[in-house]
Amino acid sequence: MPTVSMTVNGKAVTGEVEARTLLVQFLRENLRLTGTHVGCDTSQCGACVVHIDGIAAKSCTMLALQCEGAKITTIEGLAEPGRPLHPMQEAFRENHGLQCGYCTPGMIMAALDIVRRKGNDLDEHTIREQLDGNICRCTGYHNIVKAIAAGAKAMAKGGAQQAAE
Amino acid sequence: MSATGIGAAVRRKEDFRFVTGTGQYTGDVVRPGETRAVFVRSPHARAKIKSIDASAARQMPGVLAVLTGADLANDKIGNLICGWMIHSKDGSPMKMAPHPALAANTVNHVGDAVAVVIAETLLQARDAAEKVKVDYEVLPAVSDPAKARSGPQIHDVAPNNVIYEWALGDAKATDAAFASAKHVTRLDIVNNRLVPNAIEPRAALAEYDAGTDQLTLWNTTQNPHVSRLVIAAFVGMAPEHKLRVIAPDVGGGFGSKIFIYPEEVVCLWAARKLRWPVKWVAERTESFLTDAHGRDHVTHAELALDEHGKILALRAKTIANLGAYMSTFSSSIPTYLYATLMSGQYDIPHIYCEVDAVYTNTVPVDAYRGAGRPEATFVVERLVEVAARQLGLEPAEIRKRNFIKTFPHQTPVIMAYDAGDYHASLKKAMELADVKGFGKRKREAARHGKLRGLGFSTYIEACGIAPSQAVGSLGAGVGLWESAEVRVNPTGSVEVLTGCHAHGQGHETTFAQLVAERLGIPFENVSVVHGDTDKVQFGMGTYGSRSGAVGMSAIVKALDKVEAKAKKVAAFMMEAAEGDIEFKDGQFTVAGTDKSVGWGDVALNAYIAHKFTGAQLEPGLKETSFYDPTNFTFPAGCHICEVEVDADTGKTEIVNWTAVDDFGTVINPMIVEGQVHGGIAQGVGQALLEGVVYDKDGQLITGSLMDYTMPRAHDLPSFHVGMTETKSPSNPLGIKGCGEAGAIAAPAAVINAITDAIGTENLAMPATANAVWKALQSAQPRQAA
Repeated sequence: MPTVSMTVNGKAVTGEVEARTLLVQFLRENLRLTGTHVGCDTSQCGACVVHIDGIAAKSCTMLALQCEGAKITTIEGLAEPGRPLHPMQEAFRENHGLQCGYCTPGMIMAALDIVRRKGNDLDEHTIREQLDGNICRCTGYHNIVKAIAAGAKAMAKGGAQQAAE
Repeated sequence: MSATGIGAAVRRKEDFRFVTGTGQYTGDVVRPGETRAVFVRSPHARAKIKSIDASAARQMPGVLAVLTGADLANDKIGNLICGWMIHSKDGSPMKMAPHPALAANTVNHVGDAVAVVIAETLLQARDAAEKVKVDYEVLPAVSDPAKARSGPQIHDVAPNNVIYEWALGDAKATDAAFASAKHVTRLDIVNNRLVPNAIEPRAALAEYDAGTDQLTLWNTTQNPHVSRLVIAAFVGMAPEHKLRVIAPDVGGGFGSKIFIYPEEVVCLWAARKLRWPVKWVAERTESFLTDAHGRDHVTHAELALDEHGKILALRAKTIANLGAYMSTFSSSIPTYLYATLMSGQYDIPHIYCEVDAVYTNTVPVDAYRGAGRPEATFVVERLVEVAARQLGLEPAEIRKRNFIKTFPHQTPVIMAYDAGDYHASLKKAMELADVKGFGKRKREAARHGKLRGLGFSTYIEACGIAPSQAVGSLGAGVGLWESAEVRVNPTGSVEVLTGCHAHGQGHETTFAQLVAERLGIPFENVSVVHGDTDKVQFGMGTYGSRSGAVGMSAIVKALDKVEAKAKKVAAFMMEAAEGDIEFKDGQFTVAGTDKSVGWGDVALNAYIAHKFTGAQLEPGLKETSFYDPTNFTFPAGCHICEVEVDADTGKTEIVNWTAVDDFGTVINPMIVEGQVHGGIAQGVGQALLEGVVYDKDGQLITGSLMDYTMPRAHDLPSFHVGMTETKSPSNPLGIKGCGEAGAIAAPAAVINAITDAIGTENLAMPATANAVWKALQSAQPRQAA
């Protein structure tokens, strides 16, 4: 069985995987990082979004082997245990941007990428358009949009931990 | 109102784990020695199983077993059931066909499971499942409910595929009212079939402890105790006290995770056979083929009015597609959760509603957010809107002329509405939506080639399911009360054990708000325990917008008992008479004095028990209540949808959404608004985007998220949500419930708005750009006022 090595949330990891193992399976099953979720089988729902070398990607559509040598950040990597939450995480809580929580890790990781590409001053239209790859069934998106706008602004205020290195 | 009490927009306790990815959903649970299950499913809508050859599969690496329907029957595992008896008009009982967890003789829908492969890893199980050879004799199938009666007979027990022919109301009086009516509005309506698609797929993990003969099931369920009861007593898997069901974090339900499905039954059975934990997680396409679908009604509806637009009568005939088997609550959705809401917010003297439920070779249909009430609201609100246009009345005006104004109000369809003020929500919604300015906006839009339309939906629903005797008399096999246990710890913190189970509704926060305020203790000192049949006594679960009205009422009753006992303890502590003790803001005071003790002291003393003898008072401070509501609750409101249709493309943009709902007492307005948002989104999805398509051979064409259009953020606007409040008199807190309202109100508002914009009388859902464009080609768009 092939071996793959990568850095996940700042830690070097190695694992034996079948060639067809998806990145999301490697994260969840080999590394026991179950914060990244699987919600579909056609790459629509976005529950699996992580950052690969600083860029948002759907981990259900990447093979683990494709990530040899890459730097991966998952939802678990945004805030260290016992430390304050990332401003985007805090914004989701403050604005009730989640209900069942299942799409939430993917939403937050996607939101950080929106900030990376579109900046900290996001209008409603931009956020809604940019969330095309993330489906939520619970919230109707209203509060997710509010949360992302607020989180983006809070990140600009400094002291923000960057999700991507 | 305190910062964390009733009515406060307290931020949720649940959120920390969800935003950090440390929630624990069923698929995240890992048990030592865990094996993986993959089901072999029929690719045919209807077929005889001639043989199953698993010899090749069994040889493959990692495979521990391949089990079939024959094996299940040999082990005497019982069938799944529908727990609500419905009788036809002729008195005969509904025709419930056998539903084994693995088909042994015939398969009846694409996706019907015939075998299960258990292997050490998921990939090994998948590989082996592909090698299971099933020899099918394909049979003709029927997928269209309107054609079910003349299609091939699916089940021996149901000639013409008819499950029941049911009716409610007074046919003679209704027909007489129609015969003498000055005006009759007629509509043919299809309530399109939907797939719930909670983002977390269903999953089950079963484990057997041979030493204690104990089964444990982790399951994505909205009601662990009900699942346990059905699996134990009806499926006969194990005695009830030997089965533990745990619902950990559940990622959305919307009704689809109420029912007891084949997969958890098979996992339990396999785990006990193999002596290894067995885990199954649905793939999304599998969800499309196995999660109970929603809606799927074909209706002819008529409204009789006098010349002033006063409604005289309503009648409807519905064919309800229940799919290939009767799911757990399926029979009740198009009957007692549908026809009983046909009065809407209106004073309608005569109503008659007939419902024929049929089998087809499609996925079973059962409750999905709103469960019968969106179907009813769509019928009523479309009839009223079309009648208004036909009579030249404004939508608000026809409603005002027909609103119920005095309460309680007995409808002709069982429901007795207890309290409401429909005019107040209409008025507030019209203000918030700036209906006055609509004409100007419409003319402005027309200058840019856009057609603006306005659609009203004044809905009512029956929630807070439900008074047990009432539903029992209507055929329910269980009572629909709720339980709560309030456990005070010696250090004064409190655990609330509830039979409800949140899958997004925030009970860990809202229930804590209630308890913290009542006992005068910090919000942080209250935890809510739910979802484990080993920890929580029997409860009925969360659905039907019941956790506030019924679940919280049970907590209130338990809190009453806690307060009463705590006062006794305080009386002993202060050497006063029990009747002289007052409790307020966490302090127990002897009336008329300044002698008082705090909550913390009283809690500790209850357990240390030095101030009283066992004969005087039992130590401890823990009370239980089972609360049976006295009535349904009746949330109601007015939603106004403003759309802009592009005349060239048929694309609809929702430019404004206003919702004014009356939910009675609101515990946490932030959470309640979130429920409204989510419900509206699902209703808009039904109206504009979603719809299951089967071909005539029963193949599911919309079998994945690539073909079935889920609403995304750019399909929806931000919502304007307001509330009015008339408390429900049917429970101690006055709560009506809010979880389903948006899904109930929205579809009618959208279709009313688009038909207003393009000038057609009717329009099928989903009103995709293509459908609207086609309708526009033969329509006369209405001119701006």
